[in-house]
Amino acid sequence: MKCEEAEPLMMALLDGEIEEAQRRLLERHLQSCYACAKELEEFRQLKELTEGVTLMEPEARLWQEYWSRVYNRIERALGAVLLAVSASALLIFAGFKAVEGLIKDPSLALSLKVAILAAIAGFVLLLVSVVRERWYFWRRDRYRFVR
Amino acid sequence: MEPALDMDAAGARAQERDAILRCQRGEAEAFKLLVERYQRLAYFVALGLVGCHDDAVDVSQEAFIRAFRHIRRFDAGRQFLPWFYRLLRNLCFNHLRARRAQRLFALEETDPEEVEDSAPDFDPEVLVERDERATAVWQAIGRLPERYREIIVLRHFQQLSYAQMAELLSVPMGTVMSRLYHARRALKRLLEQDQGGDLNEV
Repeated sequence: MKCEEAEPLMMALLDGEIEEAQRRLLERHLQSCYACAKELEEFRQLKELTEGVTLMEPEARLWQEYWSRVYNRIERALGAVLLAVSASALLIFAGFKAVEGLIKDPSLALSLKVAILAAIAGFVLLLVSVVRERWYFWRRDRYRFVR
Repeated sequence: MEPALDMDAAGARAQERDAILRCQRGEAEAFKLLVERYQRLAYFVALGLVGCHDDAVDVSQEAFIRAFRHIRRFDAGRQFLPWFYRLLRNLCFNHLRARRAQRLFALEETDPEEVEDSAPDFDPEVLVERDERATAVWQAIGRLPERYREIIVLRHFQQLSYAQMAELLSVPMGTVMSRLYHARRALKRLLEQDQGGDLNEV
């Protein structure tokens, strides 16, 4: 057995996950390889050290309130989405109404009306282009589920 | 902390699947089962990865919120936990990176390694025993590269078996063993460095 093969088996031995056949092979290797035997001993010490690190149990209140906190945050996020969608719909509607009023106004010159329409068309085009670009990169972002 | 994993129980799986299908139909209440089943695991994994209580609470809850938001894309025939776990650990690492970058910016440090090395995020307040030895080990865990820290946390703080880790990380058992070897070796070296070369001195 080579040392590289012994290394993962040392972990299995330490953690009580080794199979009998593997254990025999590993033990034979350890008898003839001082470096691995020494390393295993160091890993034993390390394991003792890490076992001395215990994370504190948080207050029971955390578990009792955990779900309601998650639920509230979900609900709030849903509320924010609803608000954003309806606010944009209202804004678009108001915009349409305003433009309609301008177009129907007989006192405005035709060239001015054309300019207003062209400005709006330009704005919409820019918006669509930016949104499409964002969408394209978002689709390809491996970390898109991550903050 | 008892290990929160019990992926074999068929009844539990069926319950989960049902809850997921209901969530996919927009019933947020059905998500409660999943949250209550995995809140401990989520909190303690996050604590091991980000190192302080407040952030662990925040990031673990955020992971549940994101899971709910993306639940429609989840294939209910698969297991929830490995999918959720991946989301959680990515959030934890991103959170820590952002926090360290913020500090880097605040300190106007030029060398990111220095900040990485100091790992002040790993707060000894969350430890049961706050002696020098436990604190040294805890903070060394905080300085490990992400992959290594992750496997140490799953093994030592969650007490997962190799098979459970392989399932959770979606890697073969051999990878779990060799990653654990490299992680422990890296941890050993960090501790030896701190103590002038001898693990006994820790």
